[in-house]
Amino acid sequence: MGFAGLAVGAAMAGLRPICEFMTFNFSMQAIDQVVNSAGKTLYMSAGSVHVPVVFRGPNGASAGVAAQHSQCFAAWYGHCPGLKVLSPWNSLDSKGLLKAAIRDDDPVVFLENELMYGVPFDMPEEAQSPDFLLPIGKAHVERTGQHITVVAHSRVVGFCLEAATALAKEGIDCEVINLRSIRPLDMATVEQSVMKTNHLITVEGGWPLFGVGAEICASIMEGPAFDYLDAPATRVTGVDIPMPYARNLEEISGPQVKDIIMAARRMLTGREESRATA
Amino acid sequence: MAVAMALTAPSLNFGVRSFTRLSRLSQRLFSTAVIRYQQEFTTLEEKPQFPGASAEYVNTLEFIQPNVISGIPVYRVMDRKGHIVNPNEDPKLGKEMVLKMYQKMTLLNTMDRILYESQRQGRISFYMTNYGEEGTHVGSAAAIEMQDLVFGQYREAGVLMWRGYPLDSFMAQCYGNIDDYAHGKQMPVHYGSLEHNFVTISSPLATQIPQAVGAAYAYKRSDIDRAVICYFGEGAASEGDAHAGFNFAATLECPIIFFCRNNGYAISTPTYEQYRGDGIAARGPGYGIRSIRVDGNDVFAVYNATKEARRHAVSENQPMLVEAMTYRIGHHSTSDDSSAYRSVDEVSYWDKQDHPISRLHNFMINQGWWDDAQEKAWRKQSRKMVIETFERAERKLKPSPKLIFTDVYDTAPPSLQKQEEQLKKHVERYAEHYPFDKFERF
Repeated sequence: MGFAGLAVGAAMAGLRPICEFMTFNFSMQAIDQVVNSAGKTLYMSAGSVHVPVVFRGPNGASAGVAAQHSQCFAAWYGHCPGLKVLSPWNSLDSKGLLKAAIRDDDPVVFLENELMYGVPFDMPEEAQSPDFLLPIGKAHVERTGQHITVVAHSRVVGFCLEAATALAKEGIDCEVINLRSIRPLDMATVEQSVMKTNHLITVEGGWPLFGVGAEICASIMEGPAFDYLDAPATRVTGVDIPMPYARNLEEISGPQVKDIIMAARRMLTGREESRATA
Repeated sequence: MAVAMALTAPSLNFGVRSFTRLSRLSQRLFSTAVIRYQQEFTTLEEKPQFPGASAEYVNTLEFIQPNVISGIPVYRVMDRKGHIVNPNEDPKLGKEMVLKMYQKMTLLNTMDRILYESQRQGRISFYMTNYGEEGTHVGSAAAIEMQDLVFGQYREAGVLMWRGYPLDSFMAQCYGNIDDYAHGKQMPVHYGSLEHNFVTISSPLATQIPQAVGAAYAYKRSDIDRAVICYFGEGAASEGDAHAGFNFAATLECPIIFFCRNNGYAISTPTYEQYRGDGIAARGPGYGIRSIRVDGNDVFAVYNATKEARRHAVSENQPMLVEAMTYRIGHHSTSDDSSAYRSVDEVSYWDKQDHPISRLHNFMINQGWWDDAQEKAWRKQSRKMVIETFERAERKLKPSPKLIFTDVYDTAPPSLQKQEEQLKKHVERYAEHYPFDKFERF
């Protein structure tokens, strides 16, 4: 609460602070400063007081840090108007979105992932520039496909791509969408994809109730893509429990590649096992 | 007994014998790896080297007693009859300044009475009065510069009034009409004005304290003649944010004045339930912050203390704490009835025997700068001003509905733009069901 408030005040006085939470779990102690002050001040002051602060830090499950260090806050912050919420997956996302967040005049919640910090990715030439920016509010299609749309954010995007590779061997062609931005949510990209593939799965590391996937499914129902669905949309999420510590339990508490594969298979073939192994 | 315990709680059988066996085992394991020996002392002088404190050793066991019987003394310049007690402390502000102070305090009082009544009559939804604390507002506001940034809590309207925020704007905010700076987005008394360097009031208590420190830190980095003054009540000082804010101000060395209005009550919580220490001033030294306690109903004492606090804060980049002792004569807000938790006699004492306005009034009379005729004329004039502004504010239109969608973000996102268009179409189609005569058009 102390330094989060400090960052908000400094932003009100003209600086562009970046406030780092060791993990977003600890942001709960400062959440009033983030939601009530940073998020709402521009509105309450009718546009006269900007709060151009970036709150960043690791979000979601890590490894062996248990209940109070493993929660995903995408849905919590994504719920609040006045905040922008970003969730990068790879190095390109992290650089482009963080720079965009810092330059943005609105308060941004930047949800990183500790297990992705050490994962290397190729960076194209243009991404080497110090002015490389990615647009906030725009999702990215990581893999095009014809049969099913798989929407995810953060670390599980990688799992979706792995699942897509496995499913391709069975003739299931996945389109994997990396949301990049939780708020604003790029439903246009998702809708366009669903209108092509007619099937939708959302994947997230967070808890199942009232989550990112719930928002996407509800929005699809309210939009043009609903008429194109050949099956109800499904959500693949973390288990509805505080994160356990024991490694074997932790592994099965979050969405795994096999969960994504089974969900896609079930939706398209009606069976969970592959025809190849049956 | 021991057998029974073993049967019911086998895990507790990891008793003393097995523990000692294990520790001897580990000693054997470790002692071969590390040879422990006592080094030669480099010096026999016994002086504490701890990084956490600079102090001498003491050989008798004695706890520090908090001193609440005779606490930090209250600095005052004039007594209740308006006489300067120590002529060296007279700020010698001159007739014009003193008259301005008096007029602002009384105008605030008049505005409070009328707006409180208007809430009772259902004209505005909510109001908070400043009765009894006018001295803390005007004394401190007069002592700082216009470029200093003010973070308030919610009972500092006099500061804004001193800075020239017009009566029309106070009313506009309470009514949420088209002239409201906040476009009808804030509940009453949540004033804000960029022009007057007054940060928009935020309801959650004490969140403004670390924010004020952050702003002061920004000013320190820019190396300009700008301070931050942060107001809060003695109740808000119990919040976690207050602790974090004070500590950061000290460690980051920021040009900030912490101004605590200790008015005796936090809604219904009296100070003897709020804290057990010697108020808020006693906490300052705990953080390494220079502190003072002043008579908040003595506008000159408040002025002197705040002026010196500002000078020191800016020239030394150090936080300063001023605890202004005063009394909340009014209810906490229009949602409160304080007769439920305090006696009418207590309130009456402060209203009749120790009121900041009366004390300054007495001073002015003593100086020959004011008399009954002027008092009568000013009361009539100020009341007329307030009533006329109030009637004007009531007649004004409410803001345009399109303002619902503005300023959520710097630039409206497509989702909000879409909703605005939908609302516009809906309202145009069913126009006869909407009270357009009361609102500025879409």
